[in-house]
Amino acid sequence: MSRQTLFDKIWQSHEICQNDEGQSLLWVDRHLAHEGSFHAFNKLAERGLSVRHPELTLGIADHYVPTHSRSLATVNDKTRSVIEQLITNTRAHGIPLIGLDDSRQGIVHVVGPELGLTQPGLVMVCGDSHTSTHGALGALAFGIGASEVAHVLATQTLWQNKPKQLRIRIDGALSPAATAKDIALAWISQLGADGARGYAIEYAGSAIDDLSVEARLTLCNLSIEGGARCGMIAPDDKTLAYLKNRPMAPKGDEFEQATAWWRTLVTDADAVFDREVELDASEIAPQVTWGTSPEEALPITACVPYPDDAHATDKARQHRDSIDYMGLKPGQALTDIAIDRVFIGSCTNARIEDLRAAAAVLKGRKSKVPGLISAGSTQVKAQAEAEGLDHIFIEAGLEWRESGCSMCVGMNGDQLASGERCASSTNRNFKGRQGLGSRTHLMSPAMVAAAAVAGHLTDVRPLLQEFPQP
Amino acid sequence: MTPFTQLTAPACPLVRSNVDTDQLIPARFMKEPRRVGYGQFLLYDLRHDDTGKPADDFILNQPGAEHFQIMVARRNFGAGSSREAAVYALVDYGFRCVIAPSFGDIFSSNAVNNGLLPALVNEADADRLLNALGSEPTPISVDLASQQIHFAGQVIPFDINAVWKTKLLNGWDDIDLTEGYRSKIDDFLLTYQTRYPWTQGQPEGAPGLIARDNR
Repeated sequence: MSRQTLFDKIWQSHEICQNDEGQSLLWVDRHLAHEGSFHAFNKLAERGLSVRHPELTLGIADHYVPTHSRSLATVNDKTRSVIEQLITNTRAHGIPLIGLDDSRQGIVHVVGPELGLTQPGLVMVCGDSHTSTHGALGALAFGIGASEVAHVLATQTLWQNKPKQLRIRIDGALSPAATAKDIALAWISQLGADGARGYAIEYAGSAIDDLSVEARLTLCNLSIEGGARCGMIAPDDKTLAYLKNRPMAPKGDEFEQATAWWRTLVTDADAVFDREVELDASEIAPQVTWGTSPEEALPITACVPYPDDAHATDKARQHRDSIDYMGLKPGQALTDIAIDRVFIGSCTNARIEDLRAAAAVLKGRKSKVPGLISAGSTQVKAQAEAEGLDHIFIEAGLEWRESGCSMCVGMNGDQLASGERCASSTNRNFKGRQGLGSRTHLMSPAMVAAAAVAGHLTDVRPLLQEFPQP
Repeated sequence: MTPFTQLTAPACPLVRSNVDTDQLIPARFMKEPRRVGYGQFLLYDLRHDDTGKPADDFILNQPGAEHFQIMVARRNFGAGSSREAAVYALVDYGFRCVIAPSFGDIFSSNAVNNGLLPALVNEADADRLLNALGSEPTPISVDLASQQIHFAGQVIPFDINAVWKTKLLNGWDDIDLTEGYRSKIDDFLLTYQTRYPWTQGQPEGAPGLIARDNR
């Protein structure tokens, strides 16, 4: 059928049927389970249900895992219990698990693509909102709640209302220091944190074609911060080259067979979107957030806004509240904001290219503030060490940690003290996200590195040494 | 699940936008089993000051707050993390309905799966409703069948997805419903796995990771 979008094609191939109200029952190819899935497993237990397709779920501990070492010995009882429940639950149901001591351990959204588990055309779910990440390889991937996780475990299907579709087209060339993170913060600040609510996003345009697969993962990861159901990018030569020979990707003839289908997973030229947004990549400068919502982002050259400048009274109230919580002054230059800590990590920005970009800025320099670097996966950590990046970070005065969600969400105890301000490569600057009273400024890994060197938010561009080319 | 038809109860005005799920329940409480009751964690960091004492001026610490069953907030309520614990906190506190101009998508699904009605109103109606809710707990009525909210002699409409409406009105649970589709799923799978064989997993009980792990 012509006039279909990438999203339509995957949706249609997974639609088992519709109910009387028009909701679709979708087949789920892959489910990722982390420690937070204990509510869903408890729900199954209460009802005496088994897992229908244990081979299609993969368990990985990431949210609560310690990053100072891989030992659970020093972890508090409640945290250890949550990690152990994942082990017990996956074992009881015959679900494969990547344990804490496994060389493939890491953040689910980093590990999935890295292992080739994430593939074009798959429907993938996880009880985590950043599941949108996997759309970068052309999968239809979205976060779900515990009740839906239980439903997937019990039936390997999910009831879904078909979302509307939004294409964000970004043409032109990004300036050297602008990254996928900056594209994301730019569109979210333009459209709002609920600007894409109810939509599936397809990112397209020459700037997207030019992005590496890792950068695309960052962009799709942040789709949820603009309220989107998912974000996706049509698979191309880069996608196929990335997937080839990954451990869980199809091999040999099957890879060729899969490729034949993957090549069809592009939006037809005459397909119609419910909404189209266009951005000029060349206009996107390095961004930082100043407030407590990802929509409160500005180019680093800007100043904290005056609440009264905003049009709507609700927006003015929100800005005042954010400025107050963040301890800022209206009109203050963003580059005058001093920081207490830095964090580079998370499913958003802790892949090898992210660490290389940060290391390029930190090489031969010292950080003025303490900070953590937690690689997105144990494999990324090993790769970084093979390249000597760990030495650059340690010599700059930063801590080189094991992989996990760490200070992005603070569940494992990696947290800021109340009132502390952090330049962070993560995805949410919500109140208290990095610990009670924590103040988070989101930015790209290179911008975090620059802030570390300066001791305050700063423009990375003058500090650029050998910025790696994608 | 308890069906939702009509509710008359005091409404809690939460005059804020972007009340994300990290605020609805801070992550540090999510290690707890549900049986401890998640209501105590609802909006914890707004309900308490820096020293951990109740923040006297916060709405949920006002006299009569324990009777609230409806929350009214501004745009983008429940954005962010997919944590269903945010809904557990609302439901365990006693809330059965949240009214706002927009909700996080995942939050809405989670709400409906727990019998909590996410009622969408326009910005102007949210303002009227918030203005009508003074400092004293004020009862309002929410009728799901007619999709109307009645307060202080006024009536405003709300939106709800038709499927969710049916589910809430009947108290239906998806897992029970899907059991009735078992043969349809099996039929689908036969064709699907022939067409896309690489998407299959290993036979149950086989060792190792998901099928395609050829390490």
